Amino acid sequence: MNLQTIKQEWFGNIRGDVLAGIVVALALIPEAIAFSIIAGVDPMVGLYASFCIAVVIAFVGGRPAMISGATGAMALLMITLVADHGVQYLFAATILTGILQIIFGVFKLARYMKFIPRSVMVGFVNALAILIFTAQLPNFVGETWVMYAMVAGAIAIIYLLPRITKAVPSPLVAIIVITAFAVFTNSNVRTVGDMGELPQALPFFSIPMVPLNFETLAIIFPTALALTIVGLLESLLTASIVDDMTDTDSDKNKESRGQGIANIITGFFGGMAGCAMLGQAVINVKSGARGRLSSLVAGVFLLFLILALGNLVVQIPMAALVGVMFVVAIGTFDWSSLKVLHKVPLTDTIVMVVTVVTVVVTHDLSKGVFAGVILSAIFFVAKISKVHVSSLTDTVTGKRIYRVRGQVFFASVTDLINSFDVKENARKVEIDFTQAHVWDDSAVAAIDKIVIKYRENNTEVKILGLNEPSSSLVKRLAIHDKPGAKLSGH
Amino acid sequence: MFKKILLASDGSAHAERAAEKASYIASATSNAIIEIVYVVDANASKTDVLHSANSVIIDQNRKKRIEETEKIVKSQHLEYKVTVLHGEAGPSIVEYANDNEFDLVVIGSRGLNKLQEMVLGSVSHKVAKRVKCPVLIVK
Repeated sequence: MNLQTIKQEWFGNIRGDVLAGIVVALALIPEAIAFSIIAGVDPMVGLYASFCIAVVIAFVGGRPAMISGATGAMALLMITLVADHGVQYLFAATILTGILQIIFGVFKLARYMKFIPRSVMVGFVNALAILIFTAQLPNFVGETWVMYAMVAGAIAIIYLLPRITKAVPSPLVAIIVITAFAVFTNSNVRTVGDMGELPQALPFFSIPMVPLNFETLAIIFPTALALTIVGLLESLLTASIVDDMTDTDSDKNKESRGQGIANIITGFFGGMAGCAMLGQAVINVKSGARGRLSSLVAGVFLLFLILALGNLVVQIPMAALVGVMFVVAIGTFDWSSLKVLHKVPLTDTIVMVVTVVTVVVTHDLSKGVFAGVILSAIFFVAKISKVHVSSLTDTVTGKRIYRVRGQVFFASVTDLINSFDVKENARKVEIDFTQAHVWDDSAVAAIDKIVIKYRENNTEVKILGLNEPSSSLVKRLAIHDKPGAKLSGH
Repeated sequence: MFKKILLASDGSAHAERAAEKASYIASATSNAIIEIVYVVDANASKTDVLHSANSVIIDQNRKKRIEETEKIVKSQHLEYKVTVLHGEAGPSIVEYANDNEFDLVVIGSRGLNKLQEMVLGSVSHKVAKRVKCPVLIVK
């Protein structure tokens, strides 16, 4: 990369980037705390992560103006690991996630993203929204109407304030108002302080306190793999959205590597694994950001806020955070997917719903993606495995002509064989493959079977119209055109 | 008179009526050119990227959305071009109109979403207030 590009990416839009960075930092606080609580760790872990990731990604990310930090998608994957083995294992898993993501980037695997169907991606974001929503429900257990009213108040402020002013992020105002209300009325609602420690200190370097052995690897690897996949999925999706919003292009493999580097550093500084944040990235670009400076400012200003305002942060009622998270969930959900439900193919809808259900049941976004990808692959195979065979009899010569149309491969051969009537009276049969493609050895075996069956009935068979790849495959594998051809045992 | 006309379109029925009026005005001036401007906002970006496999399909779908508008202008044998902008609808149209010295901006009175209008205010109102050239709001 040349100096000119670096200068442009960093200092091409100083004013817009600094302002947007500050707005994002303010909006990051409630989310980072709430995602820590979802993961079951101290709020500091999410705040440190958001600081570290935002700062590191500013330098090594592939998509300027994108914001990364602690996210709900990642937090949801950590719950079991943290509950069973503790936060030190989470830090180790975070570092391993980073290593796996760097490998992903180095081997340029981003190009395989195109094999993930859109209905799976839609299912992914919808499932994420549902999980963020349901993760808030335990906060209501054993609470009074005061807490309910605070949640409703927070949501009202978030939605209504932008009608009056857009200068400050409305979630932050909601947090401040609800916190002030709780403090002044001495209401005994649960606060962030009740959920864990919030030391006012800079993050410091430390090696995760886990035994360096195979057993540790076995514990952290499944979580790290899920984090790798989910983190990159959300990051690359967000990068594409920022690409479109800004009408520019970005390096997805560099972004993958960057996410990896950011996670490794975060793991060593006591943060949880993170990825790109769809909502924050949109806020950032909308607030005028275009360059890398925005992400750096967001991270640094976030740290400043935590250090300066730590005493106040612990007094934030959980109710306010629940309100913010409800709004995040509503904003994450892809409502347009419901609107177009009657327009898209039924199989797309099934894939989307299966992805969502799998995630909601397993609490693991990566499993939902796997289920969705496998199911849509099956649907795809089913769809293209329809072969059409039409036939007609030449009235002059009495020749029977079959025309095969479609993809001939393992999934379509049964239908293909059943389309031929080998016991017919015609003395001569012609099979025309002009509109077909022969893909694999099953297809060639099926052709063999048809030809040889005809021969057994003393019918002369001619195959024509094979395109070049099909014909070379048939020449290589077929037995019907070789001397002494007969069907093997089956 | 009105040689360079900006026609804002979101593909709605209102935009189609605006297209008819813009074509009518343009056909009164020789060598008039209509520039159809379609703005993709953050929400549309998110939805389009999420639902389309690649940028080729995204572009194609966006073209399709303003196809009707384009047809109306085309049917009058007028010179035209299509421009896609990214950002918030109102401010993007205002900035583009002011930077490129249009003689006239033609825009439908209401777009696709009533709820959005209630929350954010109407785009046509913003445009009329802040564009420097004459603005025709088509009801």
